[in-house]
Amino acid sequence: MLELKNLCYTVDGKEIIKNISATFDDGFIAITGPNGGGKSTLAKLIAGIYTPTSGQILLNGEDITNMSITERAKKGISYAFQQPVKFKGLTVKDLLTLAAGKDTSVNDACNILSEVGLCARDYINREVNGSLSGGELKRIEIAMIIARETAISIFDEPEAGIDLWSFKSLNKVFEKMHDKINGTILIISHQERILNTADRIVVLKNGELINDGSRDEVLPKLLEGTEANINTGSCSVLQD
Amino acid sequence: MNTIEKNLLKEVADIHETPEGAYNIRANGKLDSRNTTANIDIVTKEDKSGIDIIIKPGTKHESVHIPVIISETGLKDLVYNDFYIGEDADVVIVAGCGIHNCGDQESAHDGIHSFHLAKNARVKYIEKHYGAGDGLGKNVMNPTTIIELSEGSYLEMETTQIKGIDSTHRVTKGTLADNATLVIHEKIMTHGEQQATTDFTVDLNGVDSSANVVSRSVAKEKSFQKFVSTINGNAKCNGHTECDAIIMDEAVVTAIPELTAANIDASLIHEAAIGKIAGEQLVKLMTLGLSEAEAEEQIINGFLK
Ligand SMILES: Nc1ncnc2c1ncn2[C@@H]1O[C@H](COP(=O)(O)OP(=O)(O)O)[C@@H](O)[C@H]1O
Ligand SMILES: [Mg+2]
Repeated sequence: MLELKNLCYTVDGKEIIKNISATFDDGFIAITGPNGGGKSTLAKLIAGIYTPTSGQILLNGEDITNMSITERAKKGISYAFQQPVKFKGLTVKDLLTLAAGKDTSVNDACNILSEVGLCARDYINREVNGSLSGGELKRIEIAMIIARETAISIFDEPEAGIDLWSFKSLNKVFEKMHDKINGTILIISHQERILNTADRIVVLKNGELINDGSRDEVLPKLLEGTEANINTGSCSVLQD
Repeated sequence: MNTIEKNLLKEVADIHETPEGAYNIRANGKLDSRNTTANIDIVTKEDKSGIDIIIKPGTKHESVHIPVIISETGLKDLVYNDFYIGEDADVVIVAGCGIHNCGDQESAHDGIHSFHLAKNARVKYIEKHYGAGDGLGKNVMNPTTIIELSEGSYLEMETTQIKGIDSTHRVTKGTLADNATLVIHEKIMTHGEQQATTDFTVDLNGVDSSANVVSRSVAKEKSFQKFVSTINGNAKCNGHTECDAIIMDEAVVTAIPELTAANIDASLIHEAAIGKIAGEQLVKLMTLGLSEAEAEEQIINGFLK
């Protein structure tokens, strides 16, 4: 269980996160809202990449607000970046091994890669560098979170750039993960098909939490476009 | 051979006991042991110190190991090794120099290696430099490699120097005839107050000759590295040189490219990137549970792999 208490984050006098309080229990929670609303910033505050200006973050009741990125990772927080990082020299297998925190067998690594729709044989020894496409990097980013098996998993726009990979498969990844760990899965997304599978939808706009409720309550309003003007323009490109 | 010497041998040539195939082991300035095969002959030079390695035309799937180790402090060793690779031969050559200096005097090894590849010969040349010892004496190595590639021949050189060498000035010169190819991968890590200068000059003289010179390096603490690459395109050819360096602490890295195209169909490219480890790489690995120091180590190990 993750709790945010009066979380604020200001950079150069600009308030990016404004007094957000929320409790995230186990299950699928989608975070949506317009670009620039503060979604990625919130994820980075939870992962410890940014330190809040004020407020608290609690993990299973323990105050983790002042813990380092490493400590939070060890306590069970995982974050799949919106923009995956490239590494010259480190291979897919290297990163999966580091993510798992133990020597990963080729077999385990292959299973994880096939879950994200990559043919293991072709990728396992590839360097995670600029020779991979945006979509491939994105899937490897997701694979690392699968390998980690932590209680809290945050995915930042996992659908971006994976147009050939079906949404069904992506949703299957989240379902399987949930079946296995029973943890909290936070998915930042603009995609109706992802929002559709969430138990709960949280809407962020201009750094404020403007709506938070069950999917059935929030989704219809979003689709009408009255609530948060979410960007669903890319829907038609993304096919099953 | 004592344990220190055996260990050096393992580091520079991956040799545990007696290597397979042809070999020539030089220890503390003298011949330790040698083996030749039906196709590979090794002959001691008469006029200066060093050996001639003669590989018969058509020799395939054979290897030659010629490690040099120094475990006496204050020893200065200079050798000339000439390799003659016959037509259509395809061989692996492993050279390397290990110094273990526990004394307080400078130990040095200067090796001058010349490769003469006949038509269509292929060579994979692996060279490792390794220094150890906690004495005050410096470990110095100045390897010179001269590569002459005849028509259609191919040489791939892999050179590695990870720590332990206080001062190195490496000179590599290649001359390529028609359709010849030269590939060089250099890996260097320096620390403390070490100095490493590498100097490549490649003359692409033949039609459709090509060269790819890639250096990856990490400079830590107060060390200094200089990478000079000169490529002369004198015919229709392709030349590419790349210097990719990570700097840490107060290290200094200089990259100096010099490309000269003297033929309208010469195509030459230089790339250089020098900078510290990207912050986002550290952050990503920390979100996987690594400490900052562990993340740094992984990034560097991967980079130099
Ligand atoms: N490090 C930063 N410094 C200054 N402004 C930032 C920084 N990070 C994000 N912002 C700003 O904060 C706002 C929220 O950004 P972000 O969290 O990336 O939004 P979202 O992920 O919802 O699209 C944007 O206006 C962005 O420009
Ligand atoms: Mg974002």
